[in-house]
Amino acid sequence: MVGPRHKIVITGIAGRLGRLLARRLHRDYPVVGIDRRDFPGKPRDIDHIQVDLRSKRARDVLRAGDIAALIHLGVMHDPRRSGADHHSWNVQGAQRLLDACATYGVPKVVALSSANVYGPRADNPQFLTEDAPLMAGQDFPAIRDLIELDMIASSFFWKSAAVETVILRPVHILGTVHNAPSNYLRLKRVPTLLGFDPMVQVVHELDVVEAIVCALRPGTRGIYNITGPGQVPLSTLLAELGRPTLPVFHLLAKPLLSALWRGRFTSFPVPELDHIRYVCMVDGSRATKELGFCPQRSLKETIRAVLG
Amino acid sequence: MGLLKDRLHRWVDAQFSPEFLEKFRALPTHQNEYGYDSFGFHREEAKIAALLAQFFHRDYFRVESHGVAEVPAGRVLLIANHSGQLPYDGIAIAGAMLFDHDPPRVVRAMVEKLIPSIPFLSYLLARWGQITGTPENCIRLLHDGEAILVFPEGSRGISKPFTRRYQMTDFGLGFMRLALETKTPIVPVAVIGAEEQLPAFNMKPLARLLDLPAFPVLPIPPFLPLFPFPTKYRIYFGEPLQFEGDSDDEDEEIAEKVKVVRNRIQSMIQVGLEERKHIFW
Repeated sequence: MVGPRHKIVITGIAGRLGRLLARRLHRDYPVVGIDRRDFPGKPRDIDHIQVDLRSKRARDVLRAGDIAALIHLGVMHDPRRSGADHHSWNVQGAQRLLDACATYGVPKVVALSSANVYGPRADNPQFLTEDAPLMAGQDFPAIRDLIELDMIASSFFWKSAAVETVILRPVHILGTVHNAPSNYLRLKRVPTLLGFDPMVQVVHELDVVEAIVCALRPGTRGIYNITGPGQVPLSTLLAELGRPTLPVFHLLAKPLLSALWRGRFTSFPVPELDHIRYVCMVDGSRATKELGFCPQRSLKETIRAVLG
Repeated sequence: MGLLKDRLHRWVDAQFSPEFLEKFRALPTHQNEYGYDSFGFHREEAKIAALLAQFFHRDYFRVESHGVAEVPAGRVLLIANHSGQLPYDGIAIAGAMLFDHDPPRVVRAMVEKLIPSIPFLSYLLARWGQITGTPENCIRLLHDGEAILVFPEGSRGISKPFTRRYQMTDFGLGFMRLALETKTPIVPVAVIGAEEQLPAFNMKPLARLLDLPAFPVLPIPPFLPLFPFPTKYRIYFGEPLQFEGDSDDEDEEIAEKVKVVRNRIQSMIQVGLEERKHIFW
């Protein structure tokens, strides 16, 4: 663990995961959050700087010194926003923050990426290791900025050897968070693809918080897949939640979803279909061995976490 | 729905001998709380596949297996000749390992990478223990001590025309690299009987046009189900071969070792053919 009294800066602190992380850390460290959104119910000892993470004031936070680590959670992923917005926020924004870390001597950076950067594909091996190529952009151009973010962080790892950089690629995070998998599982009637039932991996949001805390330990650096308590077929996950399903023939699913998307009836872009069709699972053994991370929640608890 | 499933499972259970069921239930697997292993294998659902295998093994092809007891425990690569247009030879080998080996062993075959994009097959094969054919998957399962079935001839072998029966095509080298890397014993397997199940002609002009080794055409009226002839299968399991060396060697070095396996299978095929009195019994 990093020494006390040094500040920990969290970008995207007002998001669900950011708030959970802030609550986990604020008793042990001074926590500074950068997020332009409100942070309802913020503990009093957390310093929330309500600015855009691309702004000069965000950079000033890092310049102020006495910082133990930057935890970068401030990723924009709103499929309705333009590609330019995403690029400016996720790529340029992250680049500026990382540059500032190198300039002002922040000793540790933890960047939250996602196992989705590998991409669900028919010919994926069952478990992808951290060395696997990031193929998600091939069929899902809209998430290229997330892959680029991951790569910026990896190249920063090599370029700025003085900074301990940790990149975490968690599998589908379930819980109160508002991400695609949790939203999907919260649908009243869950559409599935007829004849497809891939194995999926899920991890509890609080386990991800623990993984980030593990990554703060001095000396740890590198890329880590973060896995939960195991893997189950999608159908088992839905059965555990008692969700009625609506199997759709896969050749019809694409045009249907595309029409719904254009009509703004859904928040799921068409390429997300591949996640309920093919496997995109990762090998989390490196995180277990080197970070000492071990998910505490059972599969059942993790799945039920989306119910809130 | 649940009731129907329950009855189906009870009916499936009733089709097996109690001894087999008991042994099958005792199979060591790495299952999680929902009964799935990390590759999606589910023992209860795999019983349906076992039933299918039992039908082909016991009643249809009346498989006669030789030397199956010699297949070593723990991780092993079963390397077999591939033939017969449709992969019933895989089912027969899996059946032999399940019903003739004691204790029963679930064979994990490396299936075509196309399978995950085909509805139903995509997950049914996974539930039954079959895995997408990538080297990473194979290494992982070998480290878990599983028995993996590989047809190094791949589609070249299975689509051979009838005129070239029992002449093996070229072997891929991948299995040998995996065996060397994981120090896994190789069991050569010769399958006799599959070549005659669906005799096919080779449409040479079409094959040339499409740049395929062969374009098999079956002399069966279209739209009839592709059901094989009930030939008698004889499966010979050879003595395990252990190879030493660098898995990253030049192709030539690896090819030498592969040739040893290939020749072994070819000679086992010869012996099998000589012993055989009739194709159907």
